[in-house]
Amino acid sequence: MDLGTRKILDRSFTAVGVTSILLMAMALLVVIVPIFSNGIGAIFFKGTIEHRKLQYNEFRKGNPDVLQQQITETDSYRNNAFSIVEAFEAEMEGMEPGEKKKEYASQYTSVRKILAHLLGPLPGDMEPILLRYQYGATRWEKAEEALHELMFVTKWDYSDPTKMATQYFVPRADEFAGTALADLFPYMENNLEKMLLPEQTFYWGFITERSLDAHIFGGIWAEIQGTFFLAVGAMLFAFPLGVIAAIYFTEYAKDNFFTSILRSANSTLAGVPSIVFGLFGLAFFINTMKVSESKSVLAGSLTLAIMILPTIIRAAEEAILAVPKTYKEASLGLGSTKWRTIVTVILPAALPGIITGGIISLGRAAGETAPIIFTAAVSVGATIGLADVFNSPTPALSWNIYNLASEHEAANEIRHVQYGMVLALISIVLLLNLSAILLRARISQKLKG
Amino acid sequence: MQMTAEEREVNKVAAKSGANREIFLPPERERVKDGGKPHVSAKNFSIFYGNFEAVKKVNADILSKYVTAIIGPSGCGKSTFLRAINRMNDLIPSCYTTGTLMFDGEDVYGRYTDEVQLRKKIGMVFQKPNPFPKSIFDNIAYGPRLHGVKDKKMLEEVVEKSLRKAALWDEVKDRLDRNALGLSGGQQQRLCVARTLAVEPEILLLDEPTSALDPKATAKIEDLIEELRGSYTILIVTHNMQQASRVSDYTMFYYEGDLVEYAPTKQLFTNPRDQVTEDYITGRFS
Repeated sequence: MDLGTRKILDRSFTAVGVTSILLMAMALLVVIVPIFSNGIGAIFFKGTIEHRKLQYNEFRKGNPDVLQQQITETDSYRNNAFSIVEAFEAEMEGMEPGEKKKEYASQYTSVRKILAHLLGPLPGDMEPILLRYQYGATRWEKAEEALHELMFVTKWDYSDPTKMATQYFVPRADEFAGTALADLFPYMENNLEKMLLPEQTFYWGFITERSLDAHIFGGIWAEIQGTFFLAVGAMLFAFPLGVIAAIYFTEYAKDNFFTSILRSANSTLAGVPSIVFGLFGLAFFINTMKVSESKSVLAGSLTLAIMILPTIIRAAEEAILAVPKTYKEASLGLGSTKWRTIVTVILPAALPGIITGGIISLGRAAGETAPIIFTAAVSVGATIGLADVFNSPTPALSWNIYNLASEHEAANEIRHVQYGMVLALISIVLLLNLSAILLRARISQKLKG
Repeated sequence: MQMTAEEREVNKVAAKSGANREIFLPPERERVKDGGKPHVSAKNFSIFYGNFEAVKKVNADILSKYVTAIIGPSGCGKSTFLRAINRMNDLIPSCYTTGTLMFDGEDVYGRYTDEVQLRKKIGMVFQKPNPFPKSIFDNIAYGPRLHGVKDKKMLEEVVEKSLRKAALWDEVKDRLDRNALGLSGGQQQRLCVARTLAVEPEILLLDEPTSALDPKATAKIEDLIEELRGSYTILIVTHNMQQASRVSDYTMFYYEGDLVEYAPTKQLFTNPRDQVTEDYITGRFS
């Protein structure tokens, strides 16, 4: 091959390599940017007075004097709206029964519903049992959506049968033209801000507070803590076992049939789908071993431990094999026993690699969903204490992300919580990996001198 | 060669401890006090890697407190023989031995021999400097700590003594807490010697200790061997015949697993008995 061709080949290979890496980076950006921009919205948003009321009533957070003052301020605007509503109700009373009145009544029901959604229970409503109906819109962007719904009726145009129906909006004010309620719409549009007093809010409690009414309000501490318990629990079982197994494989195992079976079992385990581990955990740890009555953090941790064990063994094995043989010879030559050599020379030198493998597995344990579905995770649950890990299940980020996005009754209302959870999970995993890199760098630095 | 009275005396002692070879004291080198007793004796000693006989039925006595060099072309079994003495070959699963190898009247490969205790008495320095990735102090103190010395002051004494013996003390005394991997290659090798000396062995096995070093560092190691001669029984495997002739009192020449010739160094290099030896030392093959 002549020089020109060789150079062209080299260059084109470089180009292909760089392109594939760029593609990967872009794919990552496409995923990460929306997660970050939407997820951060769970913590930074325009919070309304309803949010502050909720925070004070449920968590005793915020200044009650300022809050009271703001409530008085907003109530004066709200009362105007309520009196319009009252006036309309009186007008309805006096109406002749008939089609017209029926239509007004049905339209008015949705108006009341939206108003309650915006401002909380209206005068004359029963005190709602569910927390989600006790407060109005806590987030300003949700309030704006509700306002739009209040202002316009959504209708569909089916006139052209060859095309898909098109959406169009009819101002509600037109439907109530001539009645007392017609005044409500311009009034709400102009004064909503004064009724809700949106403020830029930094809601740190999203991370540290428990969820209220199945994540409609409140934070995700229970999930974060659950994820932490599960991942650390898995590590407590898998790390020592994995390192011991790796020492056995590298230092003690002889090359025979038995160990080759063990080795291939280990490689096979690494490739088993995680849902299989989940079923195994249910069948073995809960049904057979009965480590707990039913789902528990303990059972989940054990299942995750089994799942990450092969990875830890493999990483530790590689790390131990990478320790120069000369260290071992030097130590043995000084009259050290095999075990002393392993503990004082080989393991310290292999530590960066072992720890990296461990922390990457920790990240994996934190993020896996399938193994904990049957063994540890619940959709909605209280924050558990350390003493409860043996018999209580726990919510966990990975499972609840799936659950909130697909099975929650108000999935559309709590997109910010879903994104917030995804962001929290990604941050936890990234932080773990970052700490692995730093730790590794520090230990290697120390070893190199 | 005519035996001197002294040599006859030494040989009487040697015969009692099972020596099978006449011992000649090294000519033209200062004799060592209390030396010349068979320290390691091989009898029909063979080493196998699987079916391959790497060292064939060697009969030899290594004399105490003298420096013995082992030379020979690559793959002749010289390193294998050296590593057999402190059972380093145990690390190779397919390796086994026949015949006997006695050290201080103890069978090295005996069923009840504790190789850990044995290695304490037979120190070894390897081809490539292999300090642990720890501080200089911890490197030297590693051996004494293994054998139960915990007292800080005693450890400090041992470290200083060993580093002084290895002629490294003056260079490193101000940075004992620094990582040993920061030293130069020659310093690292002397550190390895010091680390071995800290265990107070009776024998020093040097496996091509200067092959990875530059000439200056090599000279320092050779000076060090000269210093240690008379205090320790030293066995050095080397590729460098000049080095063998410079530092050793006796020389063993191995060829294809056979111990072809074993004689006082001067005699071996000036008046070899065997044709193969002569061909090798005159550079007809290597």
